[in-house]
Amino acid sequence: MSVDQAEIEKIAQLARIRVAPADITELTDRITGILDLVDQMQAVDTAGVEPLASPLNASQRLREDAVTESDRHVDFQAIAPVTEADLYLVPKVID
Amino acid sequence: MSDGYWETVIGLEVHVQLATDSKIFSGSATRFGASPNSQASAVDLAMPGMLPVLNEKAVRYAVMFGLAIEADIGRRSVFDRKNYFYPDLPKGYQISQFDHPIVGRGQVQIQMPDGSSREIGVTRAHLEEDAGKSLHEDFHGMSGIDLNRAGTPLLEIVSEPEMRSAEEAVAYLKTIHSIITYLGISDGNMAEGSMRCDVNISLRPRGEAEFGTRTEIKNVNSFRFVEKAIQVETERQMDILEDGGSVVQETRLYDADRNETRSMRSKEVANDYRYFPEPDLLPVDIDEAYIDALRESLPELPVAKRQRFEAQYALGSYDAAVLSAERALADYFEAVAACGDAKSAANWVQVELLGALNKSELSMSDCPVPAAELATLIERINDNSISGKIAKQVFDLLWSEGGSVDAIIEAKGFKQVSDSGALEAMVTEVIDANPEQVQQYLAADEGKRKKLLGFFVGQIMKASKGQANPKLVNEILAAKLDSAS
Repeated sequence: MSVDQAEIEKIAQLARIRVAPADITELTDRITGILDLVDQMQAVDTAGVEPLASPLNASQRLREDAVTESDRHVDFQAIAPVTEADLYLVPKVID
Repeated sequence: MSDGYWETVIGLEVHVQLATDSKIFSGSATRFGASPNSQASAVDLAMPGMLPVLNEKAVRYAVMFGLAIEADIGRRSVFDRKNYFYPDLPKGYQISQFDHPIVGRGQVQIQMPDGSSREIGVTRAHLEEDAGKSLHEDFHGMSGIDLNRAGTPLLEIVSEPEMRSAEEAVAYLKTIHSIITYLGISDGNMAEGSMRCDVNISLRPRGEAEFGTRTEIKNVNSFRFVEKAIQVETERQMDILEDGGSVVQETRLYDADRNETRSMRSKEVANDYRYFPEPDLLPVDIDEAYIDALRESLPELPVAKRQRFEAQYALGSYDAAVLSAERALADYFEAVAACGDAKSAANWVQVELLGALNKSELSMSDCPVPAAELATLIERINDNSISGKIAKQVFDLLWSEGGSVDAIIEAKGFKQVSDSGALEAMVTEVIDANPEQVQQYLAADEGKRKKLLGFFVGQIMKASKGQANPKLVNEILAAKLDSAS
């Protein structure tokens, strides 16, 4: 299996990672290499094997429904770039 | 082409906020209306190294819903990451469920206003966390983010595309609302966003097996808006198709002020959420004992209650449906029906009580008239203490001023006059005052007499300010008039 440059650009866009045009060729080759490994693994006969959700043979522990956290927004907002009226401010996200 | 040519195909995705005290993966409070970011902990903020721990009550509520719609319960359900970028989603992914939801295929029975009912399939229901809120008001060209809602437990209920009209979609939504509030797993408050709805809608020529291209209308937040949004979107798609065009698969918004849907500009170039299993959470195993215990604890559900109301109280299917739609209303009705006259109880609750609640825009929880008082009121009509007409006045006083039925009847001197001596005097007075009508009555045949009798009864009721016992008045009057001949 191989990927082309357009796919690499699309994945970078979805992941919000800026990839310099000069790096795209190398990235394409390396990801193709990883996918080759995936191809090798997919050659194994897995008929009748349940897909694994977790490598640990255990199940999720549950928490009692209780409020255990207190209001710490002052501490958290001390390290935020911009806040106002207890809100975190971010560059405008609506068109 | 007439309207009958096209068939509308509707599927709903309903997001229900579960009524837990704390969030689905953290110990932060979920209280509505708290000051911004006061209920957002390090887990909700996606601080480095923070790990989610699943809330048992969210799991329990999801399983309860599954049992209520007779669905397959996922014995092993798995959480997945749904990846997208938005500032109100600090982790850059939402923890949701994809391949192995906690609730599988089930069904609900919907009741149409004409009394007919049908079954709508539920494809699945899965647990997920809510995102925060973005505020785009004036923050110097920036957006404000409140993460109090981030991590609030949601149950997303996905229906099969089995609804064929706006009315059916609303009936389905009301059924889901009724089930979740009966179970007590959500407050169902649509105005506060505790229940939100995405509508998938497409058209196809009637009889066609294949679906047309659908659009999705996001976040419609009331029963009425769901109905209107479906109507205008159906018309929009019909216009496009009849002009020979094709519908574009996209997400749209319903604008209630303009009563139209319009395209949302897409947040991303491609809608690719790249789901994969959440490595921070293990699969959730649910054993039979847990399911059995919950099944045992389920309250009587709307459909069962409706059927019991029909059988136990001899109510029609429409009355039974109205009275069982809301648990609080059903409980109230049963408390009133304890007076022994279920038919009157059903009438008084539906006409006077629901009328008064609607008029003052109150819900059952704010109802100022205790059920026991309404029961007493019906007893007083039935034991002839007051007439039905006076009872309405008593009800209005109970509603506006409170107090007890008997005290109001006493204080206002409403007690019906059943003393035959007093009634006879009144009857004599009215007969003496209307000699002309008496002559007409005597000259009339049997059939007309009945009609003329009404005139005298009316005069007596007027003279007694409505407090004369009408049955006794009729008897005395007939005897006196007949003896006058």
